[in-house]
Amino acid sequence: MSDLVKVTIDGITVEVENGTTILNAARQIGGDIVPPAMCYYSKLKGSGGKCRTCIVKVSKGSEKDPRPMPKLVASCRTTVMDGMEVLNITSPEVLEARAGVVEILLINHPLDCPVCDQAGECDLQNLGYEHGLQKTRYEFERRTFDRIDIGDKIQLHMNRCILCYRCVFTADQITNKRVHGILNRGDHSEISTYIQTAVDNDFSGNVIDVCPVGALTDRTFRFKNRVWFTKPVDAHRNCSHEKCNGKVTLWYKGEDVLRVTARKDQFGEVEDFICNECRFDKKKTADWTLEHPTHISETSVIASNHYETFKPLPVIKENLTLQEANQRELERSFKI
Amino acid sequence: MARKLLLEHINVPGINTLAVYREKGGYRAVEKALKTLTPEEIVEEVKKSGLRGRGGAGFPTGMKWSFLAKPEGVPRYLVCNGDESEPGTFKDRYLMTHIPHALIEGMIVSSFALGANTSYIYVRGEMMPQIRILERAIEEAKAAGWLGKNILGTGYDLELYVQPGGGAYICGEETALLESLEGKRGNPRIKPPFPAIAGLYGCPTVVNNVESIAAVVPIINDGGDEYAKIGIGRSTGTKLISASGNLVKPGVYEIELGLPVEEFIYSDEYCGGIANGKRLKATVAGGSSVPVLPANLTLKYANGDPRLMSYESLSEGGFATGTMMGSGGFIAFDEDQCMVRNTWNFARFYHHESCGQCSPCREGTGWMEKILHKLEHGHGTSADIDLLWDVQRKIEGNTICPLGDAAAWPVASAIRHFRDEFEWHVKEPMKSQSTNYGLANYANPIEKVVVAEEK
Amino acid sequence: MLKVEETQPVEFSSALLAKFDEIVKRYPEGKQKSALLPLLHLVQAEFGWTSVPAMDKVAEYLNIQPIEVYEVASFYTMYFLQPKGKYVLEVCRTGPCCLVGAEKIMDHIEKKLGVKEGEVTEDGLFSWRGVECLAACGFGPVLQIGPEYTFYENLTEQSVDQLIDDLRKK
Repeated sequence: MSDLVKVTIDGITVEVENGTTILNAARQIGGDIVPPAMCYYSKLKGSGGKCRTCIVKVSKGSEKDPRPMPKLVASCRTTVMDGMEVLNITSPEVLEARAGVVEILLINHPLDCPVCDQAGECDLQNLGYEHGLQKTRYEFERRTFDRIDIGDKIQLHMNRCILCYRCVFTADQITNKRVHGILNRGDHSEISTYIQTAVDNDFSGNVIDVCPVGALTDRTFRFKNRVWFTKPVDAHRNCSHEKCNGKVTLWYKGEDVLRVTARKDQFGEVEDFICNECRFDKKKTADWTLEHPTHISETSVIASNHYETFKPLPVIKENLTLQEANQRELERSFKI
Repeated sequence: MARKLLLEHINVPGINTLAVYREKGGYRAVEKALKTLTPEEIVEEVKKSGLRGRGGAGFPTGMKWSFLAKPEGVPRYLVCNGDESEPGTFKDRYLMTHIPHALIEGMIVSSFALGANTSYIYVRGEMMPQIRILERAIEEAKAAGWLGKNILGTGYDLELYVQPGGGAYICGEETALLESLEGKRGNPRIKPPFPAIAGLYGCPTVVNNVESIAAVVPIINDGGDEYAKIGIGRSTGTKLISASGNLVKPGVYEIELGLPVEEFIYSDEYCGGIANGKRLKATVAGGSSVPVLPANLTLKYANGDPRLMSYESLSEGGFATGTMMGSGGFIAFDEDQCMVRNTWNFARFYHHESCGQCSPCREGTGWMEKILHKLEHGHGTSADIDLLWDVQRKIEGNTICPLGDAAAWPVASAIRHFRDEFEWHVKEPMKSQSTNYGLANYANPIEKVVVAEEK
Repeated sequence: MLKVEETQPVEFSSALLAKFDEIVKRYPEGKQKSALLPLLHLVQAEFGWTSVPAMDKVAEYLNIQPIEVYEVASFYTMYFLQPKGKYVLEVCRTGPCCLVGAEKIMDHIEKKLGVKEGEVTEDGLFSWRGVECLAACGFGPVLQIGPEYTFYENLTEQSVDQLIDDLRKK
């Protein structure tokens, strides 16, 4: 068997490595046909399969066995077969089922976007916008939990959680000791630490980045600003932590770095996990070597501020060390 | 009298002890299997018998066994699923309570056939008495040399352990059961890989229901062909049916598959009819997860032919007019029962038991329960009935494991067949709180049944 | 987040630890986490409920993180994370039992004991709660009482009265 297999998604054929999932094959094609993924995270082993937003229809199983699959399948956990044909946005059945999943994800969601720090970069917000209904048919009381602080840096709003399990996988795989997990079951399930233990670990802050909604947020950024008023700039520093490469995105408002996050790719996944020191303790421009404005998709609300031209901050103009460190960028800005 | 393979000696005093069980021919199958058959031959016999999984899905057991991967140097496991929790089903409890050695004998033969040297019987935690019974029986068997090292001098070793659950219906799903057995939350795994490839501790594993394992004993004793002669069509052998609800004689009955449903309900050999001289309104034929049917469709197909107790016959007519064999939990409802209330009760069950892993089931089961609660208590509107239909449709087929389907089907079938009663709750909210809808036309001759349109 | 009622340290007796050792032997090496459910049952039988310190101890014994124990204990319904009465009457409240009067039995128990579902009587003897299907549908209504999980089948109001009176006298 050759190592490459052919798969056709919404009429577009692509050759991918054997063992690739439908979702990742779609990501190789890119564009609108990429199914949305709320729980799958390519960097976390075992993630996916739970939220059901990435469901697709397999209209032809493979060249050998062309029978269609009887049910819609989670594209993040279904591997492609040679000759497989998949329908995503060209199947009304898929779109209807996905709209159903979105509705169901939102019935107990507080819809508190106006006061949520995640608004503007929230996967659930985008998903609801693209696939959801404008009103809800749910008329019962929503499930609520108390807000809890897990440590002095992270806040958990369980009401907003969609139980994607990403933060649990992160704690399992990125940190060396997991202290939070899923308690209870069914729709009472909650992310918790049982007794209010601080999630205290060099890499614990990454749970904020992997959270697709506003359930885990950065307390140091809490209510500081709306993300679309801040300007992301890619930067790096020589981080002393062995597992952290110090490559981050700084979110500026004026001259202030309001928060630091890992860099994210076009599918919203972090490129590299970063340590807590970089994330929480280095909030001065002087700590960083700035690279360039972060590329933001033009469909994102964050892009509405047209900041993609690099405007050096006044502080750089005044500080010789910073000028040296950011020489290339400065030259570029002068050219513009 | 119908043939009894599993419950033949159920009334013999002391049958739960090894001595009496041996006297009645017990452990013959172990001797025959270990001394005269190869593992492949046993699998072949089970294949020939046509035995289908008794836990609910009805997948051919022999075929399931033949899928088991056999990589070198990797242990294989047999796990018996004794997490009986399906509302309406209590046959495994009955079997384990009264003839524990039948299960142990089946486990030894099956483990030998699959090449497993350690096997587990996972029993739901609430069945502590049964766990104690099984543990005692295992001790007895071990002391007599039926378990342990070098059984019957054949060189075959087997250790058998009973594992208690912790109280979760979802652990009846085989991969959730394996998770639970590994000491984790009972979240079903995403398949593939199937347990036959990567099951317990990542090793090839077969998970079988208690009754399926026990049925291996008569299959080995009499031969697969002999077993296949009993029953009808692809529904071979005998099946334990747990009968509950408003019946004169509820209990566990062993039937030959193919018995007419009418005979099962009304004959004195089985349930003896509906209790207190009432009339039958509806049945759930295979445990709460299968579609509920009105009395007329229970007894006859839409075309008027009699319905039989078999996998094929019960599902005749598909979801429009049929139901499923499931795990054989037969629940009868008399004319005084409210179908809305019962549907709400089942919906509450699935809401309570959803593991919460995937979103349609986690959120949808709760939503359905709330809508049904509203309807049952006289606050519903007819739009709620349509909404309920739509919500169940959003759950069905969109979940990791079959619990989503199991939650959706009872609701869908109740609306499909008893929509009149739901609407009556909307139109007569006060009356619906003090009286019930009664039998209505649900037992009328078949022609009058209007088949609700499929989705 | 669940509230912690009691944080007093617990000690496992050597008899209990011997039972633990016996159970852990059932599983392949390195798979000792499999013993978690049986161990928690033993702990609950010993202490009447599953407290946080006890769970921490179990985690330490099995060499796993405490959160792994909390996750499991809160998933399954049989583990009491709050103290309960000495006798917890668990009445099946699912469909088939309701067809034969389980709801009436629960109402009766509530009246008889004078406490609501989940509460403990003043003398600390009784709690009751409705539970989902106990797989004894043909013998309904049924209830069970831990830690032995003895079953009482075909309940009537009289038999429940008798049962409660007998337990009081014990």
